[in-house]
Formats: sequence, C-alpha cells, structure tokens
Amino acid sequence: MAEPAERSSIRDGARDSSRRDLYRTIHSSDDFQSLRRRYRRFAFPATAAFLAWYLLYVLLSTWAAEFMSLRVIGNINVAIVLGLLQFVSTFLIAWLYSRYADNQLDPLASRLEQRFDEEAAR
Amino acid sequence: MTPQVLTLSLFLIVVALTVAVTIWASSQTSGATDYYAGGRSFSAFQNGLAIGGDYMSAASFLGISGAIALFGYDGFLYSVGFLVAWLVALLLVAEPVRNSGRYTMADQLAYRMEQRPVRTAAAVSTVVVSIFYLLAQMVGAGSLVVLLLGIEGGGLQNFVIVCVGMLMIFYVAVGGMKGTTWVQIIKAVMLMVGTVLITVLVLARYNFDFSSLLAEAAENTGKGDALLQPGLRYGGSLTSQLDFLSLSLGLVLGTAGLPHILIRFYTVPTGRDARKSVIWAIGIIGCFYLMTLVLGFGAAALLDTGAGSAVAASGGNLASPLLAEAIGGGAGSTGGAVLLAVISAVAFATILAVVAGLTLTSASSVAHDLYGSVIKKGAATERAEVWAARIASFVIGGAAIALAIPAQRLNIAFLVALAFAVAASANLPSIVYNLFWRRFNTRGATWSIYGGLTTCVGLVFFSPVVSGTESSLFPSGDWAWFPLSNPGIVSIPCGFLFGYLGTITTREPSVETAFDELEVRALSGAGAERGLGERPSPRPASEPLPALE
Repeated sequence: MAEPAERSSIRDGARDSSRRDLYRTIHSSDDFQSLRRRYRRFAFPATAAFLAWYLLYVLLSTWAAEFMSLRVIGNINVAIVLGLLQFVSTFLIAWLYSRYADNQLDPLASRLEQRFDEEAAR
Repeated sequence: MTPQVLTLSLFLIVVALTVAVTIWASSQTSGATDYYAGGRSFSAFQNGLAIGGDYMSAASFLGISGAIALFGYDGFLYSVGFLVAWLVALLLVAEPVRNSGRYTMADQLAYRMEQRPVRTAAAVSTVVVSIFYLLAQMVGAGSLVVLLLGIEGGGLQNFVIVCVGMLMIFYVAVGGMKGTTWVQIIKAVMLMVGTVLITVLVLARYNFDFSSLLAEAAENTGKGDALLQPGLRYGGSLTSQLDFLSLSLGLVLGTAGLPHILIRFYTVPTGRDARKSVIWAIGIIGCFYLMTLVLGFGAAALLDTGAGSAVAASGGNLASPLLAEAIGGGAGSTGGAVLLAVISAVAFATILAVVAGLTLTSASSVAHDLYGSVIKKGAATERAEVWAARIASFVIGGAAIALAIPAQRLNIAFLVALAFAVAASANLPSIVYNLFWRRFNTRGATWSIYGGLTTCVGLVFFSPVVSGTESSLFPSGDWAWFPLSNPGIVSIPCGFLFGYLGTITTREPSVETAFDELEVRALSGAGAERGLGERPSPRPASEPLPALE
C-alpha cells in the first residue's frame, strides 16, 4: 500500500504479477481462443458490411440524385425507402448480434470469468 | 393563464423535478464509484433509456427536425447517420470498454500503457469534444426562449444560457452520475412521449398517409420534389458534396468515440449489461429518429418555412415547437398554447439532461485522469478526487456558458456534427487500435489523440464556419482556406495515420504482453470491475484494493 506514487506511471494492468500470469494462461486456453475467434467472426464482417452499406447509401445520396428520386409508391421515392432500409438493417444487425452473443459468446465468457475468479482466489 | 405563464410553469416543474431527483441521488452517493459510475447499479434497460437521454440531444429534437423542415431529405441524412453509428458502439466498443475500464475513457488505454501521457491526452480530448457538444445544447436553450417569451434580444437569451449553465453545474456537482442518470431517464421518457404525441397528431391530420404528408410538404414549401430527395442542402457544387461525405463519416464513426456515451457503459454491473443497454438504446433511438421524419416534413407541410419566417430565422431550431403549436390549433388557441408549452418543456428537459451528462464526463476526466493520476500520481483519496470533479464542473460549466453566448447563430445539428467529427478523429482511432492492435503503444495513442484533435479543430478554425461568410462565427474576418465546414474526411484518416506512425516508430514490448491480458479481460469480463452484488466469489486476497489506483 505504500507504493502507489511510484507505481502510478506504470500501466494499470501491471500491478499484480499473479493476475498477469493468470490472464496469460487464460489467453492461451482453447476456451479463450475460441471465444476470440467467434467474436471476431461476427463483429468484423458485420462491421465491414454495415459500413459498406452505409457508404453506398451516402454515395448514392450524393451522386445518384436521379436514381434516388424515382418514385416507389405515391410520393415515397427510392431515397426514403433506402433511408428506411438503413434503419431496418441496423435493427436487424443489433438483433442478430444480441442473439449470437447470448448463445455463442456469453457461455464461453462466463466460463472463463469463473475460472479467473476461482484461480485468482487461490 | 397566458401561454407564457403556462410555459414558464412547465419549465419550473421540469426544473423542480430534476432538482429533487438530484438531491435524492446525492443522498445515495458516497464513494467514487457512486459519483463517477452511479455505483454500477443501473439495469440494462435503465441505462438504455439513459443512453437515449444522453444521445437524443437538442440537436436531434430541434436540429434535425429543423433541418428536414428547411432542407427536406438532407436533414434526414443526419438521422440515418446518428443511428447507424450505434453499430460501431455495439459491435466493437461497448462491452470491451466496459470490461477494461473503471470510470473514464482513458482507463482502457491506461490499462496497458504509460498512464500519465495517455490520461492527459484523453482528458484533453474529452474536454474539447464535450465543450463543442455543450455549445450546441446551450444555443438550443437560448433560441427556445426567444420563441417562448417572444423577446428577441441578447440580454434575456444570455440570461437563460447562464441559468441553464448554473443548473447543469448543480446537477453534476451535487448529484454525480446517479443524479445525472436519473435526469436522463426522466428526460428520455418525456421526449419519447412528447414526440409520439406530436407524430400521431401530425399523421392523423393526413389520415396516417405518409405519402400525402410528403406531397403537402413539397407543395407548401414551394420546393416541390426537390424537398423529398437528397441535394437541397448538400447538392450542387463538389465542395458541398464532399462536405456531406465528410459529415456522414463523422456521424457514423463519432458516436463510439463520444466520451459521455462511453462512460455510460460503466454504470451497469457487467459488460453483458453494457451490450444489452446498447441494444435497448438502438431500439429507443431508432424509433425516435423515425419520428423526426414526420416532425420535419410535418413542419415543412404545416408551417411557413420560407425566408424571413421564424423557422428559417432560427436555423430550423424552432420547427418542432412551432409544429406543436400549429397542430394544437395554431397561435392564440388553447390547444396550440398547451402543446407548444409541453414540447418546449420537453426540449428544455432534453437540454438540461444532455448538458449534465457532458459536464459530468469532462469533470470526471479532469478529476480522475488529470488530478488523480497525473497530478497526484494515484495518491489522491477518493474524497479528494470527487471534490476535484465538483470543482471541475464549475470551471467547465463556466467556460461553456462563456463560449455559448457568441455561438448563437449556428444550427445546433451542425454544431453537434462538429463534436462528432472531433470524437471520430481524436478518440475512435485510439480506442479501436487499443482493443485490436497488439503493437499499439503509448506514443501511438498520444499521437493519434493529439494529431486527430489538432487536425480536426485546426481545420474547423480555417473553415467557413469560423470566418469568411455572413453566417460565420466571425463574419468580419476571412482566414478560411479550408473549403469544407466539416473536417471529418481529412481529420479522421489523420487520427488513424498518426496513431499508426507513432506506433511503428517506437518499440514498447510491455504493451504487447499486456495486450493479451487486456484482450482476455475485454472479451470475457474476467477481473473486470463489477457492480455491487455481482461478485460471485469472495474478494481474492491477490486483487489490488481500489485505493491503489
């Protein structure tokens, strides 16, 4: 408890060497590697997809005015439909990720968390 | 009861309610975790509402509907960007940041880097982003009052800005994160109820036929089909098209770098709750932005939005309240007066809640990062840190008041877009690099924050926003050589580039091993700060006590 002043310039995570080792053991475990893989397998493609889809929408809004002004139903044109589809895709990705995380990520994460707590208490 | 008295009473009710909640919350606040993170005791749904309350600012409620009323479809582009941006927060940022930090945006950087330089950099950019954002809200408060009391003139408007500033300092200094969160929850509920009410009333007038609402908007404004398609505001020249591209980038990448949004993730017990609160927030915020479409086109259909009208003179900021008045029966009618008063009170609550959140964020960062870690080198007591936060809220609130007075002629949504650009340029690169790039190090973090921040703020300074045109902050001067009014398209890549360059020009092996630790903690939540009652095992002896930090 006497050394916070000297230690504060060091990074936060470096404070406790037994915890550090534990984190590293867990990092190389199969459970963690598969959690990491599963997380990235969803998050990265989904991010790329929604960014590309949003960018397409923005570019169309800027440089394809004629296409955007085509009427679909009544006074509702392509621009409004595409804008609303951005809402739909956002809700959809949020819902899919929520389901994916509940089923594929959380069980693994809880197991790792429990293991950490048990071994840290030892 | 005259309309002014009615409006004023509703304003006072909002103030009384939020002040009461704040005082109650202060009695529930004892330590630093309570003050900075509301004791991590909010549920995912409560935090989802509070995120909505923090995010749906005057820019959304007054600014976007105004921009749609004036520029039609181009205003709606803001709504789309503001919503889609939440996916960045959901997929990449919310849960990892919650798991790896404690109180501020800087925590997750400090986890594996040298604390003092990264905390200083993060605190500086937190304060800058928050002040840009604060300005927008205070300008909104000023223009509301012009409408409601019908008195144009600097004196009164400035007086209101000062009052709002004092209230926000009160919420933050007294209520901390608990008080602020409850103010935001109350506001989110009021805002949703008010917006649904006006939306239904507007749609009812057109027999719930959105297409005929659009037709009347196109006809009433005299702009015809141009109102319903992109291009009124950002079409035409290449400069304005690039400006729009720049704006869109800033919107979609800014949200996940907004410090006042990031610290909301610390108010829930676990990282999973942080994720769930973002899902709630996406639902609430998405529904709200859908309704801005009806509010905006409704204002275009039912109000005079031509040159010289009250809507145009306010930069569009008054479209929603005036729409409420018109839909209630028009000026002079009882229904109109009541709805105008209700919607104005909602807008007022909106502003109060958002300014409180922003001030709290800056004050926390100054106290926890600058005072606690940099100046006192981690030796400050919790009590001293919380007092430092209270004092910081006075200083930051004061600065915001002083800057808001000259900024009153700018559109609110536009000012907020600038705050987003700063967040996307200065904060997002370091957050993303830190979570996903093993080699990213202290120099990379400081370069990306300072580099992104300087580029962004510098380009704004040399843009038409500040000088060179009649609507500039300084209309008499002209030093604008940067043509775009939103710098994102240049400054966001700069933030990423500086972070990359800083990192590859130096080796810092300790950050790479610490990356593995951070990754375990960020993804699984192992060893993360938990809320009360969420600690499944007894506190292990090897765990450092909080006093160390």
